[in-house]
Amino acid sequence: MSEQLALLPGYLTAHLQLTLLALLFSTAISLPLGVAVTRVRWLEAPALGIAGVIQTIPSLALLAVMVPLLAYFNLQSIGFLPAIVGLTLYGVLPILRNTVTGIAGVDPALKEAARGVGMTSGQQFSRVELPLAMPVIVAGLRTATVWVVGIATLSTPVGATSLGNYIFSGLQTRNYTAVLVGCVAAAGLALVLDHLVRAVEDGVRTRRRARVAVALGVLAALFTYTMATLAAPLWGDRDRPIRIGSKTFTEQYILSAMLGRWIQDETGDSSTLTQSLGSLVAFDALVAGDIDVYVDYSGTLWANEMGRDTLSVDRADLLREVEAFLCDTHGITLAAALGFENAYALAMRRTHAEALGVRRISDLTRHARTLPMGSDYEFFARPEWDALRTAYGLEFAELRSMDSALMYEAVARGNVDVISAFSTDGRIAAFDLRALDDDRNAIPPYDAVILVSRRLVAERPEVLDALARLAGTIDAETMRQMNLAVDEQGQAPSAVAAAFVETLRAKMKNGG
Amino acid sequence: MIELRGLTKRYGTVAAVEDVSLTVSDGELLVLVGESGCGKTTTLKMINRLIEPTSGAVWLDKTDVGAIRPSDLRRRIGYVFQKVGLFPHMTVAENVAVTPALLGWDATRIATRVEALLELVELDPAEMRDRHPAELSGGQQQRVGVARALAAEPRVMLLDEPFGALDPLTRERLQESFVGIRRRLGLTALFVTHDMVEALMLGDRIAVMSQGRVIQIGSPRDLVQRPADEYVQQLMHTPRRQTEVVDRLLDPGIAP
Repeated sequence: MSEQLALLPGYLTAHLQLTLLALLFSTAISLPLGVAVTRVRWLEAPALGIAGVIQTIPSLALLAVMVPLLAYFNLQSIGFLPAIVGLTLYGVLPILRNTVTGIAGVDPALKEAARGVGMTSGQQFSRVELPLAMPVIVAGLRTATVWVVGIATLSTPVGATSLGNYIFSGLQTRNYTAVLVGCVAAAGLALVLDHLVRAVEDGVRTRRRARVAVALGVLAALFTYTMATLAAPLWGDRDRPIRIGSKTFTEQYILSAMLGRWIQDETGDSSTLTQSLGSLVAFDALVAGDIDVYVDYSGTLWANEMGRDTLSVDRADLLREVEAFLCDTHGITLAAALGFENAYALAMRRTHAEALGVRRISDLTRHARTLPMGSDYEFFARPEWDALRTAYGLEFAELRSMDSALMYEAVARGNVDVISAFSTDGRIAAFDLRALDDDRNAIPPYDAVILVSRRLVAERPEVLDALARLAGTIDAETMRQMNLAVDEQGQAPSAVAAAFVETLRAKMKNGG
Repeated sequence: MIELRGLTKRYGTVAAVEDVSLTVSDGELLVLVGESGCGKTTTLKMINRLIEPTSGAVWLDKTDVGAIRPSDLRRRIGYVFQKVGLFPHMTVAENVAVTPALLGWDATRIATRVEALLELVELDPAEMRDRHPAELSGGQQQRVGVARALAAEPRVMLLDEPFGALDPLTRERLQESFVGIRRRLGLTALFVTHDMVEALMLGDRIAVMSQGRVIQIGSPRDLVQRPADEYVQQLMHTPRRQTEVVDRLLDPGIAP
């Protein structure tokens, strides 16, 4: 609990940055637009229509789609910007709709009275229409506030730190304390901001100056603090910490923490972690220079980035080809292969596999039709799945996508009969599962490799040297043990990583 | 002096007001009467340009109102609305002060004026000043409406069925107040109503409108004694007919 709470100031600040800035932009867009719409009638249908369509896009998808979209325009596609753009768009509709409704809902008799007493159309707007519409507009702003605070937790997968970091990594490492802290903090923040906005509106309406001043003061202080912390890194860019990325599973959390620790110990350079990136998002982020270092897998790069579907490739050959491809095409350096493979492996309950007489994937072909299969969000969309299906003629009774943290339990409990496990996952042994042999070599080798951005290699070659020394230091069994320590024994990824680095340094000292 | 010259308003091919010409002298109150939809409210609204005429003109003290900026024009003319139209987010005092504030009066002058006006319309300033319209009765609301219309010391008042929505007793009291106020301030006024008793009681002269046209203008006595046609005659006799109906009901001796 206390180690979770230690993360709170950082996550909360980041979450506030996203929320307040997005709300500011949403309001700046929708308030004038809403007013324009009530003046120029033909604008109403397209403006509300577009905002409505944006709203129907699932929030995670809206944030995710910002990544390729911003990359297309050569803008920062991972991190703060895509999150801000997505959240801003999401906040537009409630404010816009309520502005239009509020102003359109002003009694025509009052508008005529306003003209009748001698107001110009500007005075009519500012003295009558706007004040009368204000409660409705503020209701829209409050809706937007609550939505944006909630949806900002989904900024984590596009690389922006938020309270979502608790939720995503907590779900992945089965640390439900972290999930709970994230949820409670987000809900609390939503309540506080909602209350502040309401207090301002209420105070203005009932003319209690003190109340308005206090609420506005708190909001202004939050905003100033947020913007100050946001602007601070702009000054110290030369000494900026090295940014280490990680994908959305336990092994990646451990490895990213381990890299940070190692770099710190070996070179004294500090680093920050950008966690829970989608698999392909992480690679794009490295290419774009939004992160500097992360661990990927040779087979993943082979299939996804190089578009190869050749089967039966030798592990060393594949590694060489991937290394050359990364260097030539993207200027990315492959610093080291860590020594273990983390391949996709089809796994079943051991008892079930024995009952059906299944040892190899080819044994599964004739049973597949009666068995439901579960997998993580990515697998069924990946080329490896196509390769497997073609090579073995697999047709399962049902395909279910779920969070990768949950699928081991799902198969152990019999909710599904086959899963696409990761070969280094300690839960294969822990849940008494059997990983089936890929006897036709449909799945390429998956060496874990450290990738380094062009910029880091140029600016800090000593970091590259330090990372290169990690080559061959982790075997599959070690990785499995570390994963198990987090997933089943509830240790923190950072603690496991620190213990590993300590052991490794001791070993290296003894070895010479 | 208000002068309407050939004032016409058409919506497409439908004429709401057709060639209306009339004059209201200084200090005079002219009542416009006629059935619903006869064009009396439209005529009234063309005077302060809430509605722009299709053709014809309105002259106010030797000036064509078409040449005055609408907001400036309206600040010079008090307008009392049928639906009152007090601004619900403002207090009584702020509602009354609206036009003076638009004219840029200083705060002390406005405060004194609000005080005087609330007294004029027989509301206790100390009690009413800081209330919101929702806290007032219908009669009190329209008293504030009249005060608001008078706030910027207009010489001319336009009143669109101001007491139409009030209960009979309240209406009577407000009519009495208004007669007194008008006399004291010497206002020139156009007053729209479809209540014939009100028309006969308040009007120096009455203009009868039907289907967008003025059929007859004259003093109440003229109209009753020399109606131009049957419609005017019928209209002028409604109060008397109603009295007879009431008398018969109350005195069974005079059976028909």
